[in-house]
Amino acid sequence: MINKKNIGEKVLLSGNEAIAQGAFEAGVSVASGYPGTPSTEILENLCTYGDIYTEWAPNEKVALEVALGASFAGARALATMKHVGLNVAADPLFTAAYTGVKGGLVIVTADDPEMHSSQNEQDNRNYAYAAKVPMLEPSDAAEAKEFLKIAYRISEEFDTPVLFRTTTRVAHVKGIITIGGTESSKATLGIEKMPEKFVMLPAHARRRRVELEKRMLRLKEFAETFPENRIEWGDKTRGFITSGVSYLYVKEAFPQASVLKLGMAYPFPDRMIRDFASEVDELFIVEELDPFIESHVKALGVECRGKELIPAMGELNSALVRQSITCEPARDLFEPVPIPMRPPNLCAGCPHRGIFHAISKLKVFVAGDIGCYTLAALKPLSSMDSCICMGASIGTAFGMEKALGKDSLGKIVAVIGDSTFMHSGITGLIDVVYNRGFSTVIILDNRTTGMTGHQPNPSTGTTLGGDKGAGIDIEALCRAIGVKHVVTLDPHEHENAVKVLKQEIERPEPSVIITRAPCALLPEMKKRKDKKIHTVIEANCTGCRSCLRIGCPAIEWVPLTPEEAKQSGYKETQKGHSHINMVMCDGCGQCAPLCKFKAIVVAGPGKGKTDG
Amino acid sequence: MDKVMNLFLCGVGGQGILLASEVISSACMNAGFDVKQSEVHGMAQRGGSVISHIRFGRKVYSPLIEAGSADLVVSFEMLEALRYLPYMNKDTKVIVNTQKILPAPVATGMDTYPADVFAQLSQRGLSLFPVDAFDIAQSIGETRAVNMVLVGALSAFLPLDEQTFMQVIEKRLPEKIRKVNIEAFLKGKETVKGMLTKT
Repeated sequence: MINKKNIGEKVLLSGNEAIAQGAFEAGVSVASGYPGTPSTEILENLCTYGDIYTEWAPNEKVALEVALGASFAGARALATMKHVGLNVAADPLFTAAYTGVKGGLVIVTADDPEMHSSQNEQDNRNYAYAAKVPMLEPSDAAEAKEFLKIAYRISEEFDTPVLFRTTTRVAHVKGIITIGGTESSKATLGIEKMPEKFVMLPAHARRRRVELEKRMLRLKEFAETFPENRIEWGDKTRGFITSGVSYLYVKEAFPQASVLKLGMAYPFPDRMIRDFASEVDELFIVEELDPFIESHVKALGVECRGKELIPAMGELNSALVRQSITCEPARDLFEPVPIPMRPPNLCAGCPHRGIFHAISKLKVFVAGDIGCYTLAALKPLSSMDSCICMGASIGTAFGMEKALGKDSLGKIVAVIGDSTFMHSGITGLIDVVYNRGFSTVIILDNRTTGMTGHQPNPSTGTTLGGDKGAGIDIEALCRAIGVKHVVTLDPHEHENAVKVLKQEIERPEPSVIITRAPCALLPEMKKRKDKKIHTVIEANCTGCRSCLRIGCPAIEWVPLTPEEAKQSGYKETQKGHSHINMVMCDGCGQCAPLCKFKAIVVAGPGKGKTDG
Repeated sequence: MDKVMNLFLCGVGGQGILLASEVISSACMNAGFDVKQSEVHGMAQRGGSVISHIRFGRKVYSPLIEAGSADLVVSFEMLEALRYLPYMNKDTKVIVNTQKILPAPVATGMDTYPADVFAQLSQRGLSLFPVDAFDIAQSIGETRAVNMVLVGALSAFLPLDEQTFMQVIEKRLPEKIRKVNIEAFLKGKETVKGMLTKT
C-alpha cells in the first residue's frame, strides 16, 4: 500500500495516484466520486488508505453533495469526477460557492483535451469563473500532490470550495513525487447549526452573495503573492503566461524564455500579469482549449498573442508550441504509411455484442448512451444512432417518440448500461411512465462499470471498499416506477433475445428489457473453467460471412485465391472461409446460431484466456 | 546525461505495455534519473492501438515525445511499428516483436495485413531488432511474459544496470510469476545482445 511509505521517500506515481496520496497527507476523511476517465484512479487508490471513507456515488451530483455534507460536519472532503461529470454536479457547485465550507472541500475535475475517452472537449476552467470559486491547476504528479494540500488550506482559509483541474496528461502521467507528512483540518467535527450560512433561501443567499464577492477580492489579492503563481525570468525577448501541462510544453520548447506560471488558474493576479508583460518584448499565452487566460489578459488591456497562433482544439505538445510561436516549418518526418486501422472493439465474449446484432436486424433508431457499448456504433455492428451524455438515451428516445407520435411505435429503442441507468437513466424512465409514453428501454446489465475499468455500482451492490451487498434490483425498481412490462433475458441466447425484442418494441406501453450477463473481463468470468471454446468446421463453411457481421475479434476471415479454394475442396468461386482464433475465443457461443451451415461448433472446454 | 532519452512503446491493448512502462520508468527513477511516463486509459484501450511515452534524463519537462524524436521504439506487435513511423528518425533503434495480432478490419476481411513490414522499415534506414517475443515467452511456459521479454530487449540499449531492473521486477510482480518474468527479461536482453555483437 502506498500509504505505508516513509516521509521523504521518492516514488513513481501517476497524477491520479499522487492526488490520492495528497488527499491522505491533507487529512481528507470523506471522498466521493463517480468513475470517469481520466479521474477514476484517484478514488481507486484512495480507498486503499485505511481510515478514509471512500465511495462511488451513483452520479457526480450526489458525490459533490456527499462531500459538501462532510465539509459541513467539519471534515476535509474530496469529490472526484471527469470534466463532463462537473456538468452533472454544477447545481450543488454554484450554491456551495455561496455557503462556503466548514472542513476543506476540494472538487477534482479531470478534463480530457483531445477526447481520448470522452464525448466532448469542454474546458472546465470556465466553471471556476462562472461559479466564482478558486481553481488550482498542477502541471505534473509532484505538483498534483502538493497543490492538493494547498487547496485544502485555501478552502478553509477563504471559506470556499476549491476546484482542482487536471487534464489527461497530468492525471495519467507518472512522475517522481516525494512522500510528505500529514496534516489535518482546522475545523472541528460536529453538528453546528448555521442557517444564515447553510440555508440558501433568498434572504440568506443575498447576504452570502455579497460575501462571495468580498471573498473573490481577497482571493485576487492572495493570488498576487501565492508562491505557485511564479515568474521564472530568462531571456526577455519572449515572455509566456501559461498553466497546467502547457507550462511543461513551454519549458521544453523555450527553455531560455521568461515564464509566468499560474498555479492558480482562477482568479488571476492582475498586477503580476501587468508587471510581467511590461518586462518582456513580446507576450504569448500558451494554454490548451479555450483562451481562458488570454481573454483575461486582453481584458486588462495588455497586448498578447495566443489563440491566433496556437490551436484552441485538441492537446498541445512541445513541437506544436514551438512551431506555432516561431512559425518555423516542422522538421522532416517520415510520412505516415497507409496501414489497416486498429479501432477499439467490444471484447470477445462481450455480452453486448449479440444484443446489438439482434437490434441491427430490426432497423430501428437506437438512442444510445455512455459506456463500452457505445462501440456498437462502429462497423460492422453499426447499431447506435445517437449518444450524447450519461443517461440521455431514454429522454432522447422518448422525445423522438413524442415528436413522431404513434407512427414511431416499433421504430425507436433506448439502450443504456446498468451503471449509466443508475447514474441518470432512472429519471428518464420516470418521464416515460409519467407522461404516457411507449418507449422500449434496453438495460445492458453486465454487472459492472466496464469502460472505466470495472468499478462496482449500486446495482451490483459491492462497494468501493469491497463490502458485498445485495444491490439495487433493477427489475423491481423499474416495476416500482410503474413499468408493467419488464423482461430479463440472457443476451448470449440469441434466438430468445430476438423474439423478446420484436415483441416488446411493438408494445404500445413502456417496456424494459434487462439483458443480464457479466462482463467477459470480470475476474470470475476470465477464470471460469467451463468455457465452450468454438471452432469452425472448415469443410462446412461456405464463406457467407454471416458470422463476421457481429465483429467478434476472435473470428477471422481467411481469404482464398480460386486456386487455393479449389485445393481446399471448395468451389473455385468461394472467396475465403471463417476461422476462430481459439486463444481469443471466450466461449460465449453468440456466433454459432448465426451459421446456417452448422460450421461453428464447440471445440471443447478451453483454458482460461490469457489477459497479458 | 544531459540529453533526455525518449522511449516509445506501442502495441495492442492487453499486451502488458502499461506494466512494461511502469517497470522501465521505475528502473530509471531508481537509477537516479528524472522520468515521466505518459499513457491513455478508457475507450482508447479496448483492443485498440496502445502507446506509451517514457522520457528520462537529468530533468524532464514534457511528458510527450515529439514527432521524429524517439531514440528507441519497442513495438509489441509488428504492424504497430509502421503506424508510429512519424515518431521515428533515421537514427531511431526499433525493437519489433514479430508477433502479429490482426486488427479488426483485417480479421473481417475488409483489409489486408501488410506483408512487408520489415522491408518498409528498413527502406527508411532504421536499425531494426526483430525479437520473437511470443515464441520466447512460450518457450519458458508463460505467454503473458511477452512484455518482460521486450523490456529485457530494450534494457540492452539503456544506461541502467541489470540489477536495477531485477530489483524493480522483484518488487512489482507477485511472487508466483516473478521467476518466469525474470527469465523472460534475461532472454530478451540476451537476444538483442546477440544481435549487437554480430553488427
